[in-house]
Amino acid sequence: MDTFQQTLFKLKRYWDERGAIIQEPYDVEVGAGTMCPETFLRVLGPNPYKVAYVQPSRRPADGRYGENPNRLYKHQQLQVILKPSPDDILDQYLGSLEAIGIDLTKHDIKFEEDNWEAPTLGAWGVGWQVMLDGLEITQFTYFQQCGGIDLDLVPAEITYGLERLVAFLQGVESVYGIEWTKGVKYAQVRLADELQFSVYNFEMANVDRLWRLFAEYEAECKELLAKYEDSDDKSRFPVLATYDQVLKCSHLFNLLDARGAISVTERVGIIKRVRDLAVGTAKAWVDQQTPARQEAA
Amino acid sequence: MSAGLDFLLEIGTEEIPDWMIPGAVAQLQKLELFGAVPHVDATPRRLVVQASGVAERTPDQTQIVKGPPLTAGEKAAAGFARKQGVELSAMAKAGDYWELTKVIPGRPVRDLLAESLPVAVLALQWPKTMYWEPTGARFIRPIRWIVALLGDEVIPFEIAGVKSGNITRGHRRLGSSAIPVTVANYESELRRNFVILSSVERRRKIEMETAALGAKPDAGLLETLTFITEYPTAIRGDFDPAYLELPPEVLTTVMRHHQKYFSVESELSSEGGIQGRRLAPHFVAVMNTSGDPEGLVKKGNERVLKARFNDARFFWNVDQHKKLADRVEDLSHVTFHAKLGSYLEKTKRVVELVKKLKGDENAQRAALLSKTDLPTDMVKEFTDLQGIVGGLYAQAQGEPEAVWRAIYDHYKPLSMEDSIPATLDGQIVALADKLDTLQQCFRIGLVPTGSKDPFALRRAAQGVVKILVEGKLYYELDDLLQPESAAGGGDLRAFLIERVQHYFREVRGFQYDEVNAVLASRTGTLADVEARLRALAAVRPTENFEPLAASFKRIRNILKQAAFDPESWLFDVQLLEAGPERNLYDDFVRVKNEASGKTYAQALEAIASIRPNVDIFFDKVLVNAKDENVRSNRLAFLHAILTEFSTIADFSAIVTAGDLNK
Repeated sequence: MDTFQQTLFKLKRYWDERGAIIQEPYDVEVGAGTMCPETFLRVLGPNPYKVAYVQPSRRPADGRYGENPNRLYKHQQLQVILKPSPDDILDQYLGSLEAIGIDLTKHDIKFEEDNWEAPTLGAWGVGWQVMLDGLEITQFTYFQQCGGIDLDLVPAEITYGLERLVAFLQGVESVYGIEWTKGVKYAQVRLADELQFSVYNFEMANVDRLWRLFAEYEAECKELLAKYEDSDDKSRFPVLATYDQVLKCSHLFNLLDARGAISVTERVGIIKRVRDLAVGTAKAWVDQQTPARQEAA
Repeated sequence: MSAGLDFLLEIGTEEIPDWMIPGAVAQLQKLELFGAVPHVDATPRRLVVQASGVAERTPDQTQIVKGPPLTAGEKAAAGFARKQGVELSAMAKAGDYWELTKVIPGRPVRDLLAESLPVAVLALQWPKTMYWEPTGARFIRPIRWIVALLGDEVIPFEIAGVKSGNITRGHRRLGSSAIPVTVANYESELRRNFVILSSVERRRKIEMETAALGAKPDAGLLETLTFITEYPTAIRGDFDPAYLELPPEVLTTVMRHHQKYFSVESELSSEGGIQGRRLAPHFVAVMNTSGDPEGLVKKGNERVLKARFNDARFFWNVDQHKKLADRVEDLSHVTFHAKLGSYLEKTKRVVELVKKLKGDENAQRAALLSKTDLPTDMVKEFTDLQGIVGGLYAQAQGEPEAVWRAIYDHYKPLSMEDSIPATLDGQIVALADKLDTLQQCFRIGLVPTGSKDPFALRRAAQGVVKILVEGKLYYELDDLLQPESAAGGGDLRAFLIERVQHYFREVRGFQYDEVNAVLASRTGTLADVEARLRALAAVRPTENFEPLAASFKRIRNILKQAAFDPESWLFDVQLLEAGPERNLYDDFVRVKNEASGKTYAQALEAIASIRPNVDIFFDKVLVNAKDENVRSNRLAFLHAILTEFSTIADFSAIVTAGDLNK
């Protein structure tokens, strides 16, 4: 039986063999691997791209103080982006399951409709949740729009829920029982995060300060977007750094939400504020990526 | 004559959402196949059209083209022939003119299909489409292969970069991914490769296998699974009986909605005289594969279900830390609608409305707690269980039975088929909740248009109607709408009336003109509308009724044409002429007396009996008399008849034979 990290190695190896760049996790808090610039920005524009990376994804409201066997504040996704999507993409995906030891002739696989939409990112796509013997192990999406922009090349996004998948492979009933590496359980590595961040997110995060931080990051992002407009040399403009400000805002929004600090009337407005930043950054990125701009540069 | 060619079209796709497949099949049944009737079937991965007797060519067509007059001479004729691209010898003389009979040759149907099929396939309507390749073609999911055969030949075309051919694919894991087929062996080749093309056969296979494993029948789930599988096979799994402590509503929701499992029930032992069935610790799953010889699929599904049930138990326990009564204020954080504020505000309005509806303390308490399950973990996870969870929690937390039952039921009826809340308290809370939603949405102009109804207002309105009628609640529709209806951006009254009409027509089977006639007379309570409808439907087939309805229509027209103002003339019995007019009056008085205090049916029968005298009156008496006083008096008399006898239904709204002949 493979350990958690051995399964990860195999999946990374599998996509490495298919020409994907293997990236390390992004180092700013995100709620999902989709939000990393390696996905959100790279799917935009005319350039093909293939990338795979593990992304620890933080969802403050999902924290359960480490008491729930299946629910985590921070879970890990293996995110694969293939742009444009190859014709045999689903066969490639099924091959990745066989690569980690699932004999598909002995199991039941179903592709059940599940469309994806992220209002804070102005993004949506269509696809499936992939069910293995009744367990949702993967979210598969054909992106259609990102940052409110129609995509030139439609990418396939494959998101494996790693804890679930490995718990299935190892036959354990709680993610905390997963063997991370020989002799070390998931709980030993991660239980403390789950407990402490639940306490922080639900009980201790300073709401006023979080609001101030939100406003600061938002101001930084807006200022950068305005400067991009006026910039003479757009090719060296830090659009990537601008996008980090969007991620900060998004995470602060999630924290405030978990803290119960966002009222009904505020909620819609805040989502729109984050979306405006994401859409603005996406536009700047596409502008920076267009061949005309690249030639001129 | 040849019997024509066999035809096969298979559009191979990635997995199409199950619920969209029947709609696509229906559209493909209208595919133009040059005289042949399409037979359509589908699985999640293929849309298939088969036909026999497709013509090889379309027939030649002849066309007669008129040429110049004979008098114009041969030169003109030669010029005409040249223009048409024929020799002069092809021209004939017909009367005073030259004439050319042109033959437009038919075309091979294969060529025509090669042109029409790509258009027809991409013209299929789907609820949501995507693009995925450079041509930008839109379809429900990517098209990956196409089989198109007419007789032995491939019909050559391309859709979204995929060329048609004769190679199909089998089941994703059990079949081959490249199978050459002919029209004749197509279905059997698919079957050898673990694809059952016929949805009827897949449905029957699921039905029989699940029944054999003791599954409780579930038509909706059966339909879903029929279109989510290419080779369905049922298996039975078990769960720890300890989970049966959780409410059956929670267990079945997890099994049905989250896992697409059938539940299994066992007979209750009949001790204490209690009859019925209860959930048994088993489930039936339908795989998309041929078997589970090592039991791995069963084991996997059991593990998933256990985790789900554990979640539910965890949610239940956590949720009990805070009582529903202590959660009312939390509703200020739950959005009802961006423009309409929070569920706390909605709750306050619904409580007031319940008071107005004379709901007792239990109904008011239920209204106050009705939405407090929304912030619970259980409802966040199992949204379908809103209301039900609230009811169960209220029960567990010691609320009176009248209160928890009302909370439990207050989203009912969820559809036209669903029952209304079982108790009066539940009906009042459900009514208030739906009325509030309707009034608020109409107030800010959120009115359903065409097929767009994002807030399910039609369902809410239908629920209001169903509760009022089937609960026999004696609220007058117009009282319920006061006073907010006037303020709104849309006409809520008209919207509700339309639902009333729809309900009595579609659900209760009354004729549309009967419904119109009864509602045109007055609205009142819906229970009263129903009573009048029954009476009207009962008296309608009797011989006097339709002619009388025709006469009422005539009366209404006469009054309208005369622009008669009932205030302008006081009816004077002395002015009536002896004979038909006086006889009608006597009969009018008789019927009036007979009808008063009677049931609607008896009253309608009595009214119908006036018909012979009405007929004689119109036959013998001129309403438009020369004497102005006599004329006004006659109009006043007719007006009295019309008003007196239209309180049950406005007969002039009944469609009679005369209307149809117009």
